[in-house]
Amino acid sequence: MSTDLQLPVFSNTTQEDLKGRWGMVIDQDVCTGCQACVAACAMENNVPFVGEDDAGYGRGMHWIRIERFWQGTFPAVKMTPFQPMMCQQCHKAPCEPVCPVFASVHSASEDINVQVYNRCVGTRYCGNNCPYQVRSFNWRDYTDARVRPELTTLQNQLNPDVTVRRRGVMEKCTFCIQRIRHAEDAASSEGREIADGDVVPACAQACPADAIVFGRIDDPNSMVSQKSLASRGYHQLEELGILPRVTYLQGESNVGNG
Amino acid sequence: MSATARALPNIRPQAAEQEDPREHLMLDPKPRGEMNGMVLESMRSTGWRYWLVTLVLGFLVLTCFFYAWYYLIANGLGVAGVNRPAYWAVFLVNTVFWIGISHAGTFISAILRVMKIEGRRPFTRAAELMTTFGLVQAVSSVFMHLGRVWLAYWLIPYPNERGLWPDFHSPLMWDFLAINTYLLCSTMYLFLPLIPDLAMVRDHKTGWQKVAYRILSLGFRGTEGEWKNLHTAMNIFAFAIIPVMFSVHTIVSWDFAMAMRPGWSSSVFGPYFVIGALHSGMAAVAIVLFLVRSTMKNMKYFIRPEHFNLLGKLMLMVSMAWAYFYFNDYLVPWYGGDKWEQILRLFIEKGPIWWLWYVLLICNIVVPWLILWNRKWRSTPWLLALTGVVINIGMWIERYVIIPETLTINRMPFTWRIYIPRVEIFLTIGTVSLFLLLYMMASRLIPLIPVWEVQEGQEAHMLRKVGKAEIPAVSEIG
Repeated sequence: MSTDLQLPVFSNTTQEDLKGRWGMVIDQDVCTGCQACVAACAMENNVPFVGEDDAGYGRGMHWIRIERFWQGTFPAVKMTPFQPMMCQQCHKAPCEPVCPVFASVHSASEDINVQVYNRCVGTRYCGNNCPYQVRSFNWRDYTDARVRPELTTLQNQLNPDVTVRRRGVMEKCTFCIQRIRHAEDAASSEGREIADGDVVPACAQACPADAIVFGRIDDPNSMVSQKSLASRGYHQLEELGILPRVTYLQGESNVGNG
Repeated sequence: MSATARALPNIRPQAAEQEDPREHLMLDPKPRGEMNGMVLESMRSTGWRYWLVTLVLGFLVLTCFFYAWYYLIANGLGVAGVNRPAYWAVFLVNTVFWIGISHAGTFISAILRVMKIEGRRPFTRAAELMTTFGLVQAVSSVFMHLGRVWLAYWLIPYPNERGLWPDFHSPLMWDFLAINTYLLCSTMYLFLPLIPDLAMVRDHKTGWQKVAYRILSLGFRGTEGEWKNLHTAMNIFAFAIIPVMFSVHTIVSWDFAMAMRPGWSSSVFGPYFVIGALHSGMAAVAIVLFLVRSTMKNMKYFIRPEHFNLLGKLMLMVSMAWAYFYFNDYLVPWYGGDKWEQILRLFIEKGPIWWLWYVLLICNIVVPWLILWNRKWRSTPWLLALTGVVINIGMWIERYVIIPETLTINRMPFTWRIYIPRVEIFLTIGTVSLFLLLYMMASRLIPLIPVWEVQEGQEAHMLRKVGKAEIPAVSEIG
């Protein structure tokens, strides 16, 4: 005798299968912590100089930062591998639904999280809800030469492809979306699919150890897909289920910040 | 044995017999004209102390509210102490604090009105005013917090040239709508019982003042039909505003509870915040009543120890309920043992500002429980007001622990940084001053005592002689 309880059938499509479009691999075993990525990112994306006072207060606005920690208690301390941290471009980004004005939105075509500066009113809810704490807020007018005359000549090095942000808006890593768009335009004008290596974000370009690899993760043959399959790979704060797009590689099993 | 025997005679219920029933406002009636005159006199009489306090408050409002805010807008939020990871800080502490204060107004007024608790009659107006003026501070604090306040209207859903509606997924959007609803409802709820009193003031004024009060009182003449309509409207509002009040602070708590943060992501936050709001709000009513009673003329007749006693009992009850919720909010994450929750607990209790947590517990639990259990103590106006001040300090600190201190601990230890307020301090002083100034101005423009409600209550009460004793009797009021 069997009891048919008519249990509902649950479909097996979980979001964990979603691959996304663009991804990054960061090899912590070869990162030297030289901060070239930080400088390159700031130059490419017009990340402002906040000045001595605000930098001392911890308001540096870098979209990528190199984290390092000491492990253990003195005197048996050892340093964990360098950990470059930037926006992980989560598929289920916690910063997105909390914005009341749609300033933090998901790009359907690129499957990355984008920030619309012009819409931002500065509630800073996204910054609170970001588990990686990688969003930076324009606390002052850091780019206005009328406020800071020393910027008049520095303005000549601004990247014309990237918006210069004013005070009161949130900003964050975009995976150098201007470079992605540029490569896509070039590829489509040549009538081909975008190839592996067409897009190199500023941080990856500047990395002397090639610790940062960027590319399409929906293409199983791309370098980034191959590398992200390595057994050393892990995701930051994977347990939150927000599907980050950056894979970290670390040889030893001491995930210092997991 | 002998001690018990000696103590026995005192057990006899003497207290009730000895108490003069005329200590109760409802059993100590005055003629209608005389009472109207007393209230009008309290509105008119202003000594040099009134003007001095107004001047000081006005100066504080100009400097600490308007100038500090201008300075903040002109220079950006950089002049405040907010920083990653404490993206939200004292501005939102103030917002939650002022919304909490504004809660008690409606609570006392609506719930006690619905339950027909007679003790509420003389102080519903003072409490309702607190709601409206507290919300003014809450709304300004939210605007201070915004990075680009000049674009705050983008949160309003209206057809616009951007072709974009606000995102109703965001708890901030719910919060925005809830606070607006509450502001509108509570203002109307304040206005309805004010109409007969405005009409009373109109009848005693001349010239342009009469015209102004005539407009404000909407031509109320006191006919049977008008009273009936007024009672119906007030009844509807009193019932309707109770769920609104509960929802508003629950939604405020969702701003935090919906976020994915250790210490915030908690399912008990809704009721916990509602009780917290009542805790600070009740205490604020006690302070305001004490100030009104001791500074305004003729107010000692209307606001009596019995009212402080009633309020003290409510405060004790709310304080116990608050402790219960706080215990829940503490125990469950502690037992759960999540790594980040544990670090957060450690930081709050043993971190560099550990003392805040102990001050919080002393102010919110120890002090009220020690003082309010005693009838004599809680009936003493200044002592109850002092307890109110202590509770409000404790509740402000509680919000401080929940917002900037909890935000300090996140899942990225690299970003941990202690938050130190800067211009926020001045703006906090500014909001407190503006609240007091608005209150002082209102005390000269509208009767702070709902005279008609007191008169209505007194007409329903009387002392009936039964043998030698005088027994209070109450007739039902529609």
